[in-house]
Amino acid sequence: MAITTVPPTSRTAGRPPSPYPARPQRTSLGRKVRDNLTGHAFLIGAVLCFVVFSWYPMVRGIVMSFQRTRRGETTWVGWDNYSRILADPSFWPAWQNTLYFTVLALVVGYAVPFFVAILLNEFRHAKGYLRILVYLPVMLPPASALYLFKFYAYDPSDAGLFNAILKALHLPTSQWMQSPDMTMPAMVIASTWMNMGGAVLIYLASLQSIPGELYEAAELDGAGIWRRIRHVTIPQTRLILALLAMIQIVATMQLFIEPLILANGAGAEDSATTVAYLIYQHGFFQNDLNGAAAVGVIMLVVLAGFSAVYLRLSAKQD
Amino acid sequence: MSVPQYRKAAALALVAGLGFSLTACSTKSGDKDTNAGGKVTITVDCQPVGAQKELLKNWNDDVAEFQRQNPDIVVKSVSVGEQCNNPPDFTARLAGGTVTDVFYGYMTDVQQVLDSGQAMDIAQYANKDTIPTWDSIDPALKEVFTDGGKLYAVPVKNYSMGLIYNKVLFQQAGLDVNNPPKTWADVRAAAKKISALGNGIAGYSEYSAGNTGGWHFTSLLYSQGGRVLTEDGKKADFNNAQGKQVLQNLKDMRYGDNSMGSRQLLQWADLLTNAGAGKVGMFIGAPDATQAIVSQFQGKFQDWAMAPLPGQDGAAKGTLGGGEGYFFKKDLTPEQVKAGMKWIAYQKLTPGKGQFDYVRAKPQNYPVGLPQPLLFANGSDAQKQELELRKANANVDTANFAIFEATPVPIKGEPRNAQAIYAVLDAAMSGVLTNPNANIDALLKTAEEKVNQLLAAES
Repeated sequence: MAITTVPPTSRTAGRPPSPYPARPQRTSLGRKVRDNLTGHAFLIGAVLCFVVFSWYPMVRGIVMSFQRTRRGETTWVGWDNYSRILADPSFWPAWQNTLYFTVLALVVGYAVPFFVAILLNEFRHAKGYLRILVYLPVMLPPASALYLFKFYAYDPSDAGLFNAILKALHLPTSQWMQSPDMTMPAMVIASTWMNMGGAVLIYLASLQSIPGELYEAAELDGAGIWRRIRHVTIPQTRLILALLAMIQIVATMQLFIEPLILANGAGAEDSATTVAYLIYQHGFFQNDLNGAAAVGVIMLVVLAGFSAVYLRLSAKQD
Repeated sequence: MSVPQYRKAAALALVAGLGFSLTACSTKSGDKDTNAGGKVTITVDCQPVGAQKELLKNWNDDVAEFQRQNPDIVVKSVSVGEQCNNPPDFTARLAGGTVTDVFYGYMTDVQQVLDSGQAMDIAQYANKDTIPTWDSIDPALKEVFTDGGKLYAVPVKNYSMGLIYNKVLFQQAGLDVNNPPKTWADVRAAAKKISALGNGIAGYSEYSAGNTGGWHFTSLLYSQGGRVLTEDGKKADFNNAQGKQVLQNLKDMRYGDNSMGSRQLLQWADLLTNAGAGKVGMFIGAPDATQAIVSQFQGKFQDWAMAPLPGQDGAAKGTLGGGEGYFFKKDLTPEQVKAGMKWIAYQKLTPGKGQFDYVRAKPQNYPVGLPQPLLFANGSDAQKQELELRKANANVDTANFAIFEATPVPIKGEPRNAQAIYAVLDAAMSGVLTNPNANIDALLKTAEEKVNQLLAAES
């Protein structure tokens, strides 16, 4: 028996038939708006917020980076602000400091929460309490947490918490934030302690979604804990790991409050000057809002690159 | 109402609400200009905050009395924080155009105020008619706020820096409180003895963060006879013997003698907190630093005295002077400018009133008798009146400031683009105070390059 088939169109191939009545192919814009009025109305608040507080300032910042305001007169100066900023002796050291922090934060701030999550996942009892304990620092306002580190932990005298511990262990003490070499590692420690709670919870959720049979099978094959982590945990959570790495990079490159509070700004010999702090310095201390805008745009471009990777990864995760 | 209709109604209500909110946001209060009753309204900032109870009451009483005397003027006070000009906040207000009609600023702010285009020329309004003591105000202070023949602010305070020292710690260290250090070598020797008291006491303390390091570097440089910029203001001029001496003195005290304490990267409040706690033997500052130590950091007036800034081998060759003034926002009506002038005249520039109401201040925890504000010209009528009132109502021991007053040091103003330059110089100060191996030549060379680059960009 010959079967007559209707070749599916490329757009509907493989799709189940729609339960809704077919709509006319063409609708006017007004009709579309009317049909979705409720949706648009609910959207308008969020869109307005984005327009006013995100997109407009962003566009304004880009415009300002090509202008110069002097004596109340604003003129177009082309790429002048950019060439001036690129020649600023603080510009490259600020990027160097920022990248150093980002790398350190990836090594420490990224790995530590992952291993803490694995550890928590292994516990059979008191899981809830331990989770709260790990998440507590996140609930502390960042400024309070940083002042705690500044005056309590990083006190350069022997009275400081960390120095007291080092001394008790007969190890050399440190000047912490007053030492240009220790500025960034000290900021990474404080930042990791403050922020790792959120990452730990995300990792935990991801770990708990790994089928237990995989671990059982690995155990039957004689895999120890490290091999289980390497061959089961990491492959099963690699997308989450990659996503959080991207988020971490984008967040750490905007490092600002840590130098502002822990290092009182630029830090010893400018060792805490990050790109975000450089923007603040140009904008609010050097009467140079246009220069600040130029640094901001450069930073935006760099972070946009990382964000593009993040978006690709999250699309893959979906 | 069916569910979709209910949703639609909710959505429309939401949109309408947003519309109303935005309309409300965009509505101006309308109180900027002369109102229907023929009154002129002005907004003025630097009203003390709630925590400064007595100062706030004084301010509010002044406003009430001023309005009683001038029923056609309404003064609306705005508080912008305990520190009337926290640089980042001030810059944000200027950039956002949200400064008040009559707004407070430092002498170092003139450049950024002019660049922001927020201030107006008030030369034609500033005279004896609007400010009765106008001719008594030190002309040098008016000059600071003048640019291209245009006047942009009315000076209300002026100070010069000296050496502030803790008499109690001096006595404990066996030092003579009536013979404070006169040279930096004397300071070093005294600091060594004071820090030997232990208990975390710094013999001498210094700033190195938040622009305050650069601010004090400038004063220390002036004491050596140096200057921050060349005569034409186009190049840095501190990478020389005087600049090196400033940093060498600090490095010697910090690491040679260990007499500056272990906590560095200090800003204004950090140092004064330590001073209020009795942990600082000496530091440089203006007379009103003692007021902050008492009113904000729980110190005692009787513990503190002041001497002139020390020099390297003898008397200091100069000291840094600075001060404050009130600017007038662009586009004010002539009536508003005149009303603002009247208010400033009443609250800031009349002996016996406002900031000079020493009778009122005497019983309060507010010092009378400090050699400040150096507002009126020597020999002027207003100065004579102010000095008489100050002497009659002093509530601090004026003897503590007698050496400072009796030994005047030439006052030099702040450099052009002061705040930006101070930010650069912070690194040189923090370098010698946090790094025992700091290379002074390299620190100054880097700072010089940065300042020159900054000045080139400005021009």
